[in-house]
Amino acid sequence: MIDSATVEKIARLARLELSEAEVERFAGELGRILAYVEQLGELNTDDVEPLAHPLDLTNALDDDMPSPSLPREEVLKNAPAHDGDCFLVPPVL
Amino acid sequence: MNMASFRTVIGLEVHVQLKTRTKLFCRCSTRFGAPPNTQVCPVCTGMPGALPKLNRRALELAVLAGMALHCEIPRFTKWDRKNYFYPDLPKGYQISQYDLPVSQNGYLEIGDDQGRFASKRVGIIRAHLEEDAGKSMHDEAAGVAESRIDLNRTGTPLLEIVSRPDMASAREAKAYLTELKLLLEYLGVSDCNMQEGSLRVDANVNLHIDTDSGTIATPIVEVKNMNSFRAVERALEFEARRQYDQWRQTGERLGDVPKQTRGWDDQREVTVPQREKEESSDYRYFPDPDLVPVVWSDAELAAIRQRLGASPREVRSRLIQEAGLSAYDAGVLVQQGPAMIAYWDAVIAEGVSPKRAANWLQQDILRLLKERSESIDEFPVSAEQLAELLRQVESGKLNTTRGREVLTVMVEEGRDLVSSMESLGIREVDASELETLCRELLQKNPSVVEDVRAGKVKAIGALIGQARKLNPNADPGAVRNLLMEMVNRS
Ligand SMILES: [Zn+2]
Repeated sequence: MIDSATVEKIARLARLELSEAEVERFAGELGRILAYVEQLGELNTDDVEPLAHPLDLTNALDDDMPSPSLPREEVLKNAPAHDGDCFLVPPVL
Repeated sequence: MNMASFRTVIGLEVHVQLKTRTKLFCRCSTRFGAPPNTQVCPVCTGMPGALPKLNRRALELAVLAGMALHCEIPRFTKWDRKNYFYPDLPKGYQISQYDLPVSQNGYLEIGDDQGRFASKRVGIIRAHLEEDAGKSMHDEAAGVAESRIDLNRTGTPLLEIVSRPDMASAREAKAYLTELKLLLEYLGVSDCNMQEGSLRVDANVNLHIDTDSGTIATPIVEVKNMNSFRAVERALEFEARRQYDQWRQTGERLGDVPKQTRGWDDQREVTVPQREKEESSDYRYFPDPDLVPVVWSDAELAAIRQRLGASPREVRSRLIQEAGLSAYDAGVLVQQGPAMIAYWDAVIAEGVSPKRAANWLQQDILRLLKERSESIDEFPVSAEQLAELLRQVESGKLNTTRGREVLTVMVEEGRDLVSSMESLGIREVDASELETLCRELLQKNPSVVEDVRAGKVKAIGALIGQARKLNPNADPGAVRNLLMEMVNRS
């Protein structure tokens, strides 16, 4: 259903490092999840409009009026590294 | 080696920042230049449990731009997550629009007032709303081990306008950008300020080369990092030559190699290969469950359409048809932006002849604005004051030279017309004063009188110059007429 190459690709995109054993385990688990969802394919959806959102709600808009942002200490508080002004991250070149 | 004939094929992706006070999905301010990380909240940093809420004004500006670009505005539009990891993207995804954008299938008409290419419509594939990422800064010179991230920009509303590959030269691409920028400025949709990052351009370019065995296409290259329209023009010129040389050497065609991204190096004037964001093409878009779709009613779309003002193109033809300006003159004025057109309209409303108004705006006002590095909104002489001055010139009470001097005083000293004229000692010269002046000149210059009598009418010019020095208020035309009359009479 899902091969280990696909699992490795998804893991790479999600920045996850998986052991070989984990790749094998997730291939099985993801395959079973997909098969479960696949059951929906048995239904006839010819007359059903595509659903963009489960809520029957549209046009939830807000006025363009500024409200206060967070104090900078709060913003930076939980960062692994900062210099008081900015977040510090490994070099981006 | 003779060149095979080829056509350059260019499509542009333009990101413009919409003119809102707050971000796209939270109410943090978008004001430029604030200290780092002071316009940031749980929504734009993607904290768990934070709920985005769409900015009504951003949405309406996007629709307005779409309408001005002759796009269809679909009744239903929604938001999707574009997933990738980058240090300036705190949520791990960007909220954008994937399959149901806010507008699609339009065009922008471009032309060249010097006729270097024929007017044409550049197709617009789509214009969609999305949020901006943050800013990462790295001081390479200082050899600092870390990059610094400022999230103030994160979540700023952008409109991404994607053209069809309808431009056939760097010049056409520049014309498209110039017209698009002007249109968005006239609409009030964006400031389009490249320095502040509110307009960014990426280009897709390749060549269609005619060969004995038919037309072949070279691999499409995406060019980034162009920081001015001039840079776009040069980068595209360079890239077309480079692709031609590359094709001569390798014979590589579209599909032979993966799509390449190259960055423009403004100093060296070359494009250089850029490191790709790893597997960047696999964004795994899916509908954002935090945001509900927008469904437009006829009335809502009609209300937005009401706000569409005249496009630059329409203003140009109005100036040509109603005011009798040349296409070139109209182009120069419209290029200055909507504030200049409002100024122009106010001057004309005061009854000044359009041709005179156009001359003064182009020659004097534009020069003064440039010298003072001011915009027309900041210019100290109002349209009404300028009109008053131009009426004096029109009625012959001031000649053009004196008029310019008066304008300079009005601008530099902030005086009104009357007081500026007084400070220059400008007053009307009455008939007897003029006669005295001319008689004096003729008496002092018998040789000129003889020359004129002998048929050398041009000799009179010397006396007009002297008259100017003796009495700057004397109108040169009146002096000339009276001098000739007196010579012929005596
Ligand atoms: Zn925010």
